[in-house]
Amino acid sequence: MNDSLSLIFVSTLLANNFVLATFLGLCPFLGVSGRLGTAFPMGVATTFVMLVASLCAYGLNLLLSYFHLDFLRLIAYIVVIASSVQLVEMVMKKYSPALFRALGIYLPLITTNCAVLGVALFQTAREYDLAQSLTFSFAGGAGFTLALVLMASLRERLQLANVPTLVQGTALSLILAGLLSLTFMGFAGLGAGE
Amino acid sequence: MSLTKQADEGITFDTFMEGVWRQNPVFVMVLGMCPTLAVTVSAENAMSMGAATTFVLVSSCLLVSLIRNLVPKEVRIATYIVIIATFVTLVDYLIQAVSLKLYEALGAFIQLIVVNCIILGRAEAHASKNPPLKSVVNALGMGIGFTIGLLALGATREILGAGKLFGMSLFGEHFQPWVVMVLPPGGFFVLGGWLLLFSLLRSRKEARAEA
Repeated sequence: MNDSLSLIFVSTLLANNFVLATFLGLCPFLGVSGRLGTAFPMGVATTFVMLVASLCAYGLNLLLSYFHLDFLRLIAYIVVIASSVQLVEMVMKKYSPALFRALGIYLPLITTNCAVLGVALFQTAREYDLAQSLTFSFAGGAGFTLALVLMASLRERLQLANVPTLVQGTALSLILAGLLSLTFMGFAGLGAGE
Repeated sequence: MSLTKQADEGITFDTFMEGVWRQNPVFVMVLGMCPTLAVTVSAENAMSMGAATTFVLVSSCLLVSLIRNLVPKEVRIATYIVIIATFVTLVDYLIQAVSLKLYEALGAFIQLIVVNCIILGRAEAHASKNPPLKSVVNALGMGIGFTIGLLALGATREILGAGKLFGMSLFGEHFQPWVVMVLPPGGFFVLGGWLLLFSLLRSRKEARAEA
């Protein structure tokens, strides 16, 4: 793969947005997007974990292919991700306890966020080099944050609207997500042609 | 120790049915959304994904349940994740060997079974507290419930988006496919639609119970 960095950035951020086009990281997307105040920090925390995970995954992959231990890749990745989530959790608990409480169970759940493991797996599958991997993971995280913030804003607005009780809850969020995803489809083809 | 131990109720029919119906992972708990929406573009993909997830779920729950008294509480989540990752690696290689076409269709989502919340959730909430046989039964129920959910979504999307079911054409050649249904937004819409249907049924049932 020799895609340029800007191409990777734009296509991962918009055309192949992690949440809305490739369906990665849906649990926090539906769970934490209730309020804008928690959605944005969640996005930033996830982006940070993604960057760390991407960096580690790149190093690990070199190491594993050197020793021909490819079958251990998945296990190694997940352990690295779990540890970096622990790191973020400890930092956040120390410097911003209020935010730590607001994010609650969703913070340790970044470990099981498909987007984070997805970054590590996709960059391996596409054979990105280090700079490409980091761009890819940053764009992925930014795209995740973008989707989360958009969704949170929509949902905050909808709290004031008079929605039939039947539709409220997850069904409403899913239909909103569908509409957002439809909008993002407008970006399809962006960066596809060379 | 005996005080904190949960009263063992034995295996009832509900142990199995919990996952299939009452706590259906897709429609009731809305867990494990990523593979649910990503691979359900056709009924066949949905079925394979369901089967793979069920296998991982059942075998990890069995192992977790067998070693539940040996694992220190502090490192249990890490242990579960490693167990799950091992079984997923097995499935990954198995599917690659059996059908390369399927492997390419499911793509990275086979490996992403690792981070499916259902599996870790079951390991933590059920298998770590119950004897092996009971947790296997429960996990099997959950797996089947998950597969049913995937199949419902996959079949709907394939019928609407391609006019086919399991690759067989249903409506003849004049059918105009509703393409958006097999594209990403369709996944959200179809699942939203199913959830709407269930909440409609539930509200009617409650209304009837009150009347």
